[in-house]
Amino acid sequence: MDIVGNVLPQVLKDEATEDKGEMARLQSFVGAIAVADLVKTTLGPKGMDKILKPTGPGQEMTHITVTNDGATILKSMYVENPAAKILIEISKTQDEEVGDGTTTVAVLAGELLREGEKLIQKRIHPQHVIAGWRIARDVALKTLRDISSENDIESQEFHNDLIKIARTTLSSKLITSDRDYFADLCVKAVLRLKGSSNLDYIQIIKLPGGTIRDSYLDDGFILKKQITIGCKRRIENAKILVANTAMDYDKIKIYGTKVKVNSMDKVAEIEAAEKEKMKHKVDKILKFQPTVFVNRQLIYNYPEQLLADSGVTVIEHADFEGMERVAAATGAEILSTFDAPERRDQVLGHCDLIEEIMIGEEKMIKFTGCKKNEACTIVLRGSSIHILDEVDRSIHDVLCVLITTVKNRRVVWGGGNSEMQMAAACEEEAKKVQGKQALAIEAYARALRQIPTIICDNGGYDSAELIQNFKVELQKGNLSSGLNMNDGTVGDMKELGIKECMRVKEQAVMAASEAAELIMRVDDIVKCAPRKRERA
Amino acid sequence: MSLAFDDYGRPYIILRDQGQKKRMKGLEAYKSNILAAKAVANTLSSSLGPKGMDKMLVSPDGDVSVTNDGATIVEKMEIQHPTAKLLVELSQSQDAEIGDGTTGVVVLAGKLLEQALTLLDKGIHPLKISDGFDRACDVAIKHLETISEEIDIQANEHEALIQAACTALGSKVVSKRKRELGKIAVTAVLDVADLARRDVNLDLIKIQTKTGGSVEDTRLISGILIDKDMSHPQMPKEVKEAKICLLTCPFEPPKPKTKHNINISSAEDYKKLYLQEQQYFVDMVKLVKDSGANIALCQWGFDDEANHLLLQNELPAVRWVSGTDVELIAMATGARIIPRFQEITPEKLGKAGSVKEVQFGTSNERMLVIENCQCTKAVTILIRGGSQMIVDEAKRSIHDAICVIRNLIKDNRIVYGGGSAELACAIQVLQYADEVSSVEQYAIRSFADALEGIPNCLADNCGLNPITSVAQAKSRQLQENNPRIGIDCMELGTTDMKEQRIYETLSSKKQQIQLATQVVKMILKIDDVIAPDDY
Repeated sequence: MDIVGNVLPQVLKDEATEDKGEMARLQSFVGAIAVADLVKTTLGPKGMDKILKPTGPGQEMTHITVTNDGATILKSMYVENPAAKILIEISKTQDEEVGDGTTTVAVLAGELLREGEKLIQKRIHPQHVIAGWRIARDVALKTLRDISSENDIESQEFHNDLIKIARTTLSSKLITSDRDYFADLCVKAVLRLKGSSNLDYIQIIKLPGGTIRDSYLDDGFILKKQITIGCKRRIENAKILVANTAMDYDKIKIYGTKVKVNSMDKVAEIEAAEKEKMKHKVDKILKFQPTVFVNRQLIYNYPEQLLADSGVTVIEHADFEGMERVAAATGAEILSTFDAPERRDQVLGHCDLIEEIMIGEEKMIKFTGCKKNEACTIVLRGSSIHILDEVDRSIHDVLCVLITTVKNRRVVWGGGNSEMQMAAACEEEAKKVQGKQALAIEAYARALRQIPTIICDNGGYDSAELIQNFKVELQKGNLSSGLNMNDGTVGDMKELGIKECMRVKEQAVMAASEAAELIMRVDDIVKCAPRKRERA
Repeated sequence: MSLAFDDYGRPYIILRDQGQKKRMKGLEAYKSNILAAKAVANTLSSSLGPKGMDKMLVSPDGDVSVTNDGATIVEKMEIQHPTAKLLVELSQSQDAEIGDGTTGVVVLAGKLLEQALTLLDKGIHPLKISDGFDRACDVAIKHLETISEEIDIQANEHEALIQAACTALGSKVVSKRKRELGKIAVTAVLDVADLARRDVNLDLIKIQTKTGGSVEDTRLISGILIDKDMSHPQMPKEVKEAKICLLTCPFEPPKPKTKHNINISSAEDYKKLYLQEQQYFVDMVKLVKDSGANIALCQWGFDDEANHLLLQNELPAVRWVSGTDVELIAMATGARIIPRFQEITPEKLGKAGSVKEVQFGTSNERMLVIENCQCTKAVTILIRGGSQMIVDEAKRSIHDAICVIRNLIKDNRIVYGGGSAELACAIQVLQYADEVSSVEQYAIRSFADALEGIPNCLADNCGLNPITSVAQAKSRQLQENNPRIGIDCMELGTTDMKEQRIYETLSSKKQQIQLATQVVKMILKIDDVIAPDDY
């Protein structure tokens, strides 16, 4: 009913709802802040982990995940609130774009909205808030760029920077106690790529058993497959043929073909022909004179035997990614036809040694001394598959951050230093701005300062006191000061060696501001009737 | 009454199953229709103008989109009411015809209906009202043409076009970067525009989205970007001086449409078939290679063997290129789309300066860029942003801006925004009303009031006092005889829209007023609504 009492006709579909003005805004604030609050306890070196338990029949307790990776947590959550979905979306994008800072981005957006809500309560129009945020964002990003430093890619300093960044990233993860070890490992792996940003070359193999410390970087390439029985277990100076072809039986690809025979003899003939066709194919393969044959698809006994008889080591059923890696590392071409043995030198891959090795209980094939030396493998060990999964995610984060750093090269001090400096710059700016926007700029500064505050809180320290002291240190001109989370004091990041990648921060600030703005601008939420699903 | 009597005087029912149908008649029907339509217009009215707010729309599957584009909002609202649906179509036809002003047109229709409601209460016949609106509309359109100005789109590095694009982008979430995005849109349109014919083929501008980065990272690529990579990981990542063979047939053995069976009954047949099969692939690749092509783009998939043969013959290839992309590439590179391998000839190949793979972010996503195409200059706008919702909204915004620029190239007359044009028309219509001696006078006067509703709504959305600011603007327009006085939405200190450089196209404004009037007339003619109770 409208104000005068007319009964309004129903405009939307049944079950569709529309919320306007205050109600809509309230909904989006509540949703976004709830999501941010959920992940905020995972922030920082003293952050806690979450257990994610899948729903659905049958697998309830079996596939749980233990993690403190923001993107993983948010991705697996089922939320209905549209604003919360936006936060999840930016966290995902952060993951795809830079790989780390996925919690930070959601928390920052949530804090911005929390501050925004207060301003709205003071009757400030959302558009004014947004105008202020935009000014603040530009100031913050400019500050971030100004305080970052850059080192030459070849220099020792840059190498040290990388190790420090890796250590900082790892410090909030499960493997924080072994962070020096893993930092070194990851930096070595990334440096092998020589500036290329293709993470495909770094393979991560997870094997339950042993302790985390038993993990190591292998400079060869490891394929999680076994060499077929009856073949040599160790091949030196190997010539590798990588193929993607059917080696079970060759399907007839011409459409609509049927084999129809009228006597048993004919069946035998066809069978013989089939066999001969396979033999023909094997012969063609043998013309390339490979010593090792890797195929993506299954290899049936007959061709396998033929190949083994000719002294070729056979590896069957390699997964597609593994095969691409073998091809890339050994410089082989992935073949599907075998009619050009004269191109032998071009298509065969080469490596010094292929051998079957045992890691823990499992047999693997190791390729050492490959043509292209960029590829390497990180073998992760750990007592349970949950730990391994979490370590895998952490290592992935670190590798992403390192690659981003290699590309961008700018670094900033960690320990909340950059956030505090950005906040200070915003507050400075707020003093110069006329109009209501200034309030929003101050709010932006407060939201930025919330990040180190939450880190303190998560560590169980007195955040109010620490942050104030931190502010004073920066005011004094100690521009490299930051939070020392080991003893709960304000320390010098230069001495502690805590550095972070500028690009990660930059992306987090940009994405969080964009998302907060997007949510702030909404004054009306229309929910369509949920699609009816037929229960199977 | 839906009862009638037959020849024998027996009553029978014309509308069957009366109990199951809802029926509204007369004034009740008018009011119900108007209220429904007004409800839609009310939802949209807070999105109008540079300080307008966005709407969050949740689809039946739970996907979220945030937008302030009128056409998108009404489309996704799932409106059920029949008259409210007319407003949805109104917004969509504005979108199809002009591309911009989709919110404004609905708001105007809402204001007109509001006026119609009071007139109905006064007891004026609906047809008189629609007659009056019609006459007022003609006057307003004529006046719009007299106050419109021609602008020189070439002057000052297309400054006028950029300003018009900025006006269109000003109300969107991307307004922070409106100048940069405006420039991108202008460059894109001018690159593909046919200035001699004053026409722009918008198909040549491809808008590709990719999450990540920020809206600032949006850029213009002078070529075509397709979200695909080479079919084989070891094919070269870059082809210079590309000769493109554009295929719509798969690299697979043929599949005739007629149902057929090949029966194999002997070993010889089996061997023959095998050889035949091998030969297919060799022939296909040979046909492509012989034509001189050095890259093949195919709408369909490749067989593994064919894929490898392509690699072996050093012929990079791309599979599963979407149909629209195929057409775009054909237009831009001058390639003919080849449906059968036998028909490949060197003349049918398209030419481009280079085709290369580019990579984004840490995840392994690659895209192909085709640059320096031979024929027309197709361009791609690559939109980046923090999340899918922002990227989608940016895409809609840029589409609006592109439409505005195209309209200006077609017709370079503009009117000024900020509600000034509506206000000027309102004044003119009001003068005209006094000359009319019949009942329509009231309707015409109401039309003027409805036009004033637009600046009113603008001022309201900007947090200004709507009544004072509209009254001020109106009196200044009359005193100074200056139709460019509007609402100072951005609080820049001047109400002269020429100084603020808020440009809107004449065609868009004209269309808005005409379409809104038409729909209102249509709604006013309905006096009986019959609907089944449940459907």
